[in-house]
Amino acid sequence: MGAVSPQAARPSRSIELPYAAQFAAAREELPGHDLSWVTSERDAAIARFSELGLPSQRVEDWKYSNLTPLAKTDFTAPDRKAAEAARAEVAERFPKESAAGRLVFINGMLDGPLSALEELPAGVRVLGLADAMADEGDLLKSQLEAVPALNGHALAALNAAFMADGCLIILEPDTELALELLFVAAPDVGAVAYHPRISIAAGAGSTLALGEQHTALGELEYWSNPVTAISLGETAQMRHYKLQEESRRAWQTALTKTRIAAGAAYENFVVATGGRYARNEIKVVLEGAGASCELGGGFLLAGEQHVDNRLRVDHAAPDGTSRQTYKGVLDERAHGVFQGKTVVHRGAQKSDGNQLSRALLLSPNAIMDAKPELEIYADDVKCSHGATVGELDGEQMFYLRARGIDEASARSLLIAAFMDEHLQSVADQAAREWLQGAVSRWLAQHLSVGEA
Amino acid sequence: MATNTETARTVEALSEQRYKYGFVTDIEADSAPPGLNEEIVRFISAKKGEPEWLLDWRLRAYHRWMETAEDTPSWAHLDYPEIDYQASSYYSAPLRDEDRPKSLDEIDPELLKTYEKLGIPLQEQEMLSGVAVDAVFDSVSVATTFKSKLAELGVIFCSLSEAVAEHPELVQKYLGSVVPYADNYFATLNSAVFTDGSFVYIPKGVRCPMELSTYFRINAANTGQFERTLIIADEGSYVSYLEGCTAPMRDENQLHAAVVELVAFDDAEIKYSTVQNWYPGDENGKGGIFNFVTKRGACRGRNSKISWTQVETGSAITWKYPSCLLLGDGSSGEFYSIAITNNCQQADTGTKMIHVGKNTKSRIVSKGVSAGRANQTYRGLVRVQGKADNARNHTQCDSLLIGEQCGAHTVPYIESRNASAQLEHEATTSKISEDQLFYCRQRGIAEEEAVALIVNGFCREVLQELPMEFAVEAQKLVAISLEGSVG
Repeated sequence: MGAVSPQAARPSRSIELPYAAQFAAAREELPGHDLSWVTSERDAAIARFSELGLPSQRVEDWKYSNLTPLAKTDFTAPDRKAAEAARAEVAERFPKESAAGRLVFINGMLDGPLSALEELPAGVRVLGLADAMADEGDLLKSQLEAVPALNGHALAALNAAFMADGCLIILEPDTELALELLFVAAPDVGAVAYHPRISIAAGAGSTLALGEQHTALGELEYWSNPVTAISLGETAQMRHYKLQEESRRAWQTALTKTRIAAGAAYENFVVATGGRYARNEIKVVLEGAGASCELGGGFLLAGEQHVDNRLRVDHAAPDGTSRQTYKGVLDERAHGVFQGKTVVHRGAQKSDGNQLSRALLLSPNAIMDAKPELEIYADDVKCSHGATVGELDGEQMFYLRARGIDEASARSLLIAAFMDEHLQSVADQAAREWLQGAVSRWLAQHLSVGEA
Repeated sequence: MATNTETARTVEALSEQRYKYGFVTDIEADSAPPGLNEEIVRFISAKKGEPEWLLDWRLRAYHRWMETAEDTPSWAHLDYPEIDYQASSYYSAPLRDEDRPKSLDEIDPELLKTYEKLGIPLQEQEMLSGVAVDAVFDSVSVATTFKSKLAELGVIFCSLSEAVAEHPELVQKYLGSVVPYADNYFATLNSAVFTDGSFVYIPKGVRCPMELSTYFRINAANTGQFERTLIIADEGSYVSYLEGCTAPMRDENQLHAAVVELVAFDDAEIKYSTVQNWYPGDENGKGGIFNFVTKRGACRGRNSKISWTQVETGSAITWKYPSCLLLGDGSSGEFYSIAITNNCQQADTGTKMIHVGKNTKSRIVSKGVSAGRANQTYRGLVRVQGKADNARNHTQCDSLLIGEQCGAHTVPYIESRNASAQLEHEATTSKISEDQLFYCRQRGIAEEEAVALIVNGFCREVLQELPMEFAVEAQKLVAISLEGSVG
């Protein structure tokens, strides 16, 4: 018999799901069903998902995530009328504030009237995915092929089978674009599941700033399973900021896969305060020499919230730089996870990789699990990682209390400082303020609840 | 980069050196036929004249192992051919039991010569170093020294078989109490077929006056070795235990699946040091020992302490995670490790620190050196349970890579379920700095010596933790490994 591989597949690691049957029923109604290649891709994806199943905790990557309650919830496809009915409230609650273009998705479906795209610069294309399936089949095909989602990832396969909307963003070389994506969950008949697909190709030398906000109209139960596939051409620059403020009853399982060509730079920062369960999975491959990525994240959780951050950076070419820095604040029975992995492949000499996970536990029942992992096959590299878990510094608290600051304010101040220091790494000032806003909202809301 | 190429060339040249401790002693072996079945388990137990309860325990382990036989652990970063458990023999004794020597004089002179070649002549050690040696040749313990001196203090230091015969109540109470027979695949196998090992009991308030030491040798061809060690430190006692290994050169892969269990009561301290230098296989990965070891200590008492120190330079495959269960309030655990892999060696090693009691502390220092085409992984878990208030951990794991074909990996798990716990983990991966190398070369130090010097410095924090008697041997061993492996 051959070698025992470390990831040898084993049976009975997954939970059964009703998705194959739901797919069969929806197959002829999903957008693009009249395009044979779309349908065959969807068929292959659902077959792949059926083979893989929903990952169980015996799968190392999902060790800290229990998806059993997700499997037990009955999700339905969102209804367009219900989404349209929520339009006015979305417009009122989330007015467009910046000059950047904006796409608004309600329950995963692009809402034309709320989206504003008319002032796109030359050489830049932004299309809704459903629209592209209807009118731009060839463009969509080449785009999806150029930036494939992850093969072998169960939830990415589910996304590929069910994706009904999303967007394509294409930047010709040396163009620039700033864009906002707003995903809002609105009331529907029951719990809905949606699978947005965002596909981005930024040509050589182009610059893209993308802000994503994921939120809901109230404490709704739903499941958002977005897949974002990004390809950056040589020396392209992308700033990718995300606010995850889903409802406290929602599931979000987000996957972002980014390929980075030589000299290109990718900056990603996620602030997460929402979701009953949120998976933030980011996979980056530094494909060209001198490519770099910075992955930052801050999560502030309470109640029974669970956020699983799973990062993986592959240094596949020499002279790459990567940073993974995540900070968490956990109160009540919240559970935070940081699983970071840096892989330096053979030949990727002069790679520089760094990981840092820091967590503040505010309650005796809060849980933090960290697994900062290095896998290195080249000798001339500089890689390091660090992880800390602890409570608020007693001396700092004492200092503030001694100056007459009450306990709640002192806590709030120290937590704000802990996050703020981290947010300073966000290069774009407007974006930093936008992300800081979410931290302040959480502090105001959460700590005042604590006092009451 | 020029220096790099040169280093690689030196490594290449030196790695052709033969394994220095490779030789086979020809001795009349009393072996069981190859294969593993219930009869063999009964044969081993009968051969050793064991009581019924121990045979039952072995059989439970055997049946458990048969149930999970298809379920070999595959999570480690190791790549090796499937082991044919039916191909090796599970019992081998250098002499028949009735002929067991009563003193050193009765020992086969050829055996003594073997020890001499290893640099551990028993008599000399007895006279000069004051170290009591319970030498394990293959599976049956053949010599124990300083027994009377230890007996005066009430310290029991003997082979596990002797302990089963003379102190059955202690063995029955503690055997499998830290590593249950169903713990993991290899521990289960060991529980079914273990042949011998060491047993230590330190009574209340006794500070063991000398370092206790066992030398392991794997000798008869086709014999896996299944040692089992049990150390109990009663309240307020202290013991330092040394385990060292070298093995003869041979071609087939040899399986080794040892189990070590430590129990420390209130205010007791156990220091367990290992130097492991089994045959690593040749430069193409042919041969070498497969070393699957389960080592675990339970700090059961208040303020008890268990400290593991290991120097791992041998074996083709190392799978080993000496761990501490910090149950007693104020107890502490330590893990100091140096692992050096070269050629095609693979090591997946680390520790687990499980904080259960309040005010428990743990410290982990791991130094890994990977060269040639070797792959090495640090895999460690630090877990703080909900009741472990004010638990503290500090972990440091550094890797050094030498050459473009090797790998060094770090997989730490940090799980905190208590807000008052303070956990810190840091790790770095780097190569030998060209500045350091240049500095040494400039002062007339040859490249291989310079590398040895730098690597020794890299490992210093761990080497310092070794007891005096061992430190010399360990430094020598690191140097030998460096000569032949690091360049």
